[in-house]
Amino acid sequence: MGIQDNVVGISPVGCSVLAYNYFDTDFVEAAHGRAPACASAIKRLRPDTFVFSYQGDGDLASIGCAEVMHACNRGENITMIFINNGIYGMTGGQMAPTTLEGMETVTCPYGRDPELMGHTMRLTEVLAQLPGTYYVTRQAVYTPALARKCKKAIRQAFENQKLNKGVSFVEVTSNCNSGWKMTPVKANKWMEENTLKYFPLGDMKVDGKFAPNFMERVSTFDQPNETRFSLRSK
Amino acid sequence: MAKELKLMKGNQAIAEAAIRCGCDGYFGYPITPQSEVLEHLMAERPYLKTGMVVLQAESELASINMVYAGASTGKRVMTSSSSPGFSLMQEGLSYIAGAELPALCVNVVRGGPGLGTIQPSQSDYFQTTKGGGHGDYRLITLAPSSVQEMYDFVELGFDLAFKYRNPVAILSDGVIGQVMEKVMIDDYKPRWTNEYIEEHCPWAATGHRAGKKSTIVTSLELDSLKQEGVNERIQAKYRKCEAEDARHEAIQCDDAEYIFVAYGSAARICMKAVELARAEGIKVGLVRPITLWPFPKKAVAEIGGRMKKILCVEMSAGQMIEDVKLAVECKVPTIHYGRYGGVIPTPVEIFEALKNMIK
Amino acid sequence: MTEEIIIAGFGGQGVLSMGKILAYAGIMQDKEVSWLPSYGPEMRGGTSNVTVILSDERICSPYLNQFDTAIILNQQSMDKFESAVKPGGLLIYDPNGITNHPTRKDISIYQVAAADKASELGISKLFNMIILGGFLAVKPLVTPEMLHKGLEKSLPERHHHLIPKNEEAVEIGKGLLKPYNVL
Repeated sequence: MGIQDNVVGISPVGCSVLAYNYFDTDFVEAAHGRAPACASAIKRLRPDTFVFSYQGDGDLASIGCAEVMHACNRGENITMIFINNGIYGMTGGQMAPTTLEGMETVTCPYGRDPELMGHTMRLTEVLAQLPGTYYVTRQAVYTPALARKCKKAIRQAFENQKLNKGVSFVEVTSNCNSGWKMTPVKANKWMEENTLKYFPLGDMKVDGKFAPNFMERVSTFDQPNETRFSLRSK
Repeated sequence: MAKELKLMKGNQAIAEAAIRCGCDGYFGYPITPQSEVLEHLMAERPYLKTGMVVLQAESELASINMVYAGASTGKRVMTSSSSPGFSLMQEGLSYIAGAELPALCVNVVRGGPGLGTIQPSQSDYFQTTKGGGHGDYRLITLAPSSVQEMYDFVELGFDLAFKYRNPVAILSDGVIGQVMEKVMIDDYKPRWTNEYIEEHCPWAATGHRAGKKSTIVTSLELDSLKQEGVNERIQAKYRKCEAEDARHEAIQCDDAEYIFVAYGSAARICMKAVELARAEGIKVGLVRPITLWPFPKKAVAEIGGRMKKILCVEMSAGQMIEDVKLAVECKVPTIHYGRYGGVIPTPVEIFEALKNMIK
Repeated sequence: MTEEIIIAGFGGQGVLSMGKILAYAGIMQDKEVSWLPSYGPEMRGGTSNVTVILSDERICSPYLNQFDTAIILNQQSMDKFESAVKPGGLLIYDPNGITNHPTRKDISIYQVAAADKASELGISKLFNMIILGGFLAVKPLVTPEMLHKGLEKSLPERHHHLIPKNEEAVEIGKGLLKPYNVL
């Protein structure tokens, strides 16, 4: 897009705390969970600069839940990238709001029990329902074809920002082979077989309108989750 | 248009000063007794006058992090709150200090601890001057005792913040926030242009690289030796600030045998107590610290050192008194008088406390 | 000259705005002024008070516990502030709703039956200006010209057509002043 000399990225706390070492643009390191507040302020103070946040699931869906909800609700003209791997990686594999039911982590070593620990959170589906979001999608990058598709989605998210359309939100479903204690190949396979059942890929909102299958996507959300996963048994 | 005289609340003066001194952005969340700051800004619509951004954030956490990010890009940004909200901002202030950014934060103090009361207090002295957040950092702290100073200290605060690339706090309280007094206001100053910021703030992540290496704003340094270096650089700034920017006001101290040491609204009440005491022939003066950090050690040592006794008056259980005692190295008897929990001491009761101290 | 005044009554009686007009008039007359309201739960319908100081010198404390003048508009405020008037000072009150009248002999006390008059004339919103008139009749701290300028500064422009009515109310108040205990 030729915008590299006019971008400020916001890196979070978590595995991507050092994201600024891997992007060749200006960057601001945010406190844990506050990247959407940071991005909001920068975009308002510098409306001609492209601003994006890059957050993991602990950062965005747990400690930063309020900031992401309100930035989306205000319709800030920013691009948000949400990397969801269902676990706290940086701190050593603890339970995240996105950890699947039954999944084992060091803070739910007997598997996530929703009665004790709450349910797996599908925040992206919630954000799609806020009027300030313009583009909301869930992507993955575990095959070359999906990676290409994801790249297209991220480009779309920046094109939208160029047109002042509000929040463009791209969730990238990912794995954490060290936290999940699997080989990279096995982690990808496990993600495909389990994570994506609960977090199905696809667009949720495009051009400010729900995707045609959005109602179908959320229609089962009032049903108890029949699927229980176990990392070790797999 | 030149200067103009207005009748304003302290909180409104903060807001008006922000608009007029070229502030780029205010991010805040309502809390008594300082909500008039955000209310006045929203009513004045500075985005139409100077292009200043005003945003009611979802929380104090969001506010201070918006300030952090705005400052990261070289903008003159600020927030305001009152005690419980200011507590929530401590982490953000630590990040701002750690990333060496300029920012302004106003605390219109109310009584605590906890949810406490909404009435005036000075019980956040320790939190503000000793570093309420984590890590070795200091907040440069200005203590206004009039509406005019509420106005003047906004621009002064930004100047100090940019001079030291460190957060500055204006530590006020419910009395100075709510009282209306005469205030001389300036004409609108233009905000800095993006080009000016590019030129003068090379540390800012403006997004505009124009051939430069990218700019990273962070307070993270995993290499301890390097982090120690960062700390040394920050501490050197603080020594410079202590040497150059400690401020105070001395009132009727020349012939005094006793002094009050008090700041903010307590200093105003002490001025009245000085009047009452002088009418009865008691030679008392007042030293009013204007910067609480850096504390005006030298002035308090010099003036306090000549006194028979010192009465430190605070709307707290006794916080600043520790700095007063350190300044005079405990060589002069220093006694605390305070009311707290939102109770304001009256001039008469301070006068009585003085008489008790003398006998 | 320094005049330290407390104005106290119910929220909605115009206590704060009366103080503000007085403060603005003081500014117009080149005086130092201070206006400190009570704030908090009481401003949402309960009692409300404001400390106004006019002075030729720098004002020390905006917060006081002794006053040259107390302007009292309800019983709670009478109970609280009668004793806060300095000996030789002034107390002005509206007898409407007052059951325990002031008893001090060392201060000057006047009544201004402003509430009755305001409702008789159908100008209940100008009640506070009638009271202010009574006060200015005893202590003409600000001239009518300066009061006019103070009203201009204090009222939003859309209410400027009401300034003459406000001034009339002040004049009515001056006429209503009734000595109760004069030193």
